[in-house]
Amino acid sequence: MSVHFEHEHHVSPIWQLAAVLAVLLILTFITVAVTWIDLGGLNIWVALAVAVVKAAFVGLYFMHLRYDAPFNAVILIASLVFVSLFIGFSLIDTAAYQDQFEQPVISSDAAGG
Amino acid sequence: MSTANADHDHPAHLAHHFDTVEQQFDSAKLGMWVFLATEILMFGGLFCAYAVYRGNHPEVFLYAHHFLDTFWGAFNTVVLLVSSFTMAWGVRAAQLGQKNILVLMLLLTFLGGVGFMVVKAVEYYGKWEHATFAGPWNNAFFNEDGQFVHPDKLEDTVAYGAKKMDKKAHAVAHVDEELGLHDTDAERLVEKETQEEHAEQHEAAEAQDAAVAAAPGPPLPTDHSDFKPAHNGPGGLSDMFMEDGAAPEAFVAAAAASAAGHTFVTWEDLDNRQKGLVSQFFQIYFMMTGLHGLHVLIGMGLIGWILFRAAMGAFSPAYFTPVDLVGLYWHLVDLIWIFLFPLLYLIH
Repeated sequence: MSVHFEHEHHVSPIWQLAAVLAVLLILTFITVAVTWIDLGGLNIWVALAVAVVKAAFVGLYFMHLRYDAPFNAVILIASLVFVSLFIGFSLIDTAAYQDQFEQPVISSDAAGG
Repeated sequence: MSTANADHDHPAHLAHHFDTVEQQFDSAKLGMWVFLATEILMFGGLFCAYAVYRGNHPEVFLYAHHFLDTFWGAFNTVVLLVSSFTMAWGVRAAQLGQKNILVLMLLLTFLGGVGFMVVKAVEYYGKWEHATFAGPWNNAFFNEDGQFVHPDKLEDTVAYGAKKMDKKAHAVAHVDEELGLHDTDAERLVEKETQEEHAEQHEAAEAQDAAVAAAPGPPLPTDHSDFKPAHNGPGGLSDMFMEDGAAPEAFVAAAAASAAGHTFVTWEDLDNRQKGLVSQFFQIYFMMTGLHGLHVLIGMGLIGWILFRAAMGAFSPAYFTPVDLVGLYWHLVDLIWIFLFPLLYLIH
């Protein structure tokens, strides 16, 4: 039996890791810069889209998912799907009953408005 | 377990219940990914709380997020990204048997964690100083039964928030001027569309507002308690998060926007119901960044452990599993922050 792996593991070249870091830093700048521009309701979606792209770069290259057994990526994506379902259904639910919900109100004197 | 046995026909690090080193490595990695999935689900609960509260009270989040410092949030993002890079390089060094580079990269990654936690500690201390801390003890916005628990702290904290907002408004106006942004057609169009959409629903409110805005002195009306909270109906995600789905208060702020045309919701814009909800933003902020910070600390502990083992020469191209798995953990910590940063610091 060989001490070494039968299949060579992917070794990321330094230039690739550095390129990914550069992309991540540029995207970080973009996500901050977007807040300087008023896109109305689009701002949150742009910020989330940039975050998803950044996460994809980290997952694919830093976490080696691109070169790994695909099943690892399946686990990751499955967890994200279930989190999305959880948040999505919670939002639908809260939107449905929010107007019947009695919110505590600060008394006018205390608010010091 | 780490004692090498030359007589054996398999390497010392291969446990007897695995057939090959390859199988052992893949199993370990699969187990780590399952663990990371449970971590994502755990954070998912907090992201859900965030989404529900922000979806229902966008104007409260707009107001409260000004207490966070965008610069330090961005700085910490960069620190974590760079430490993720050094970690990935460390895994590469372990794969290639470059012991010195591995030790150096692990050390740099550890220092990245130290840098992140120092900034976080300074931020937390600032929250304590300005009475916007977690829990009921030192948060000026915390209230019970319609009464603020620390009314004596409220004025200073609100003034501090207004100061931070002013600073941001100036910075944004400056950037806009540099880029000539408020002259672009696109921005004008977006602004016009937003206003038109609101105009129909809030004609009365606008008229009242314009009168106040035209008057000298504070440009915004101080009491909107007569406004009912906006209800979007089960309009789904986009409606809930769209600015035009927000409560009238957000619109009032938009109408009396700063010279740069940006919408900053101030304390005076919030009605008495919303004022009572501000502390929720800080509870969510501290729970999310607190759990994340705990993960950074655990990650630093793990990196310290493999740093020690790497220095002792425990890893080789044939056996680098712990380096790889701790690397995955560290990258996950980075991933979570990639989402926390825009959601908490960059609310628009």
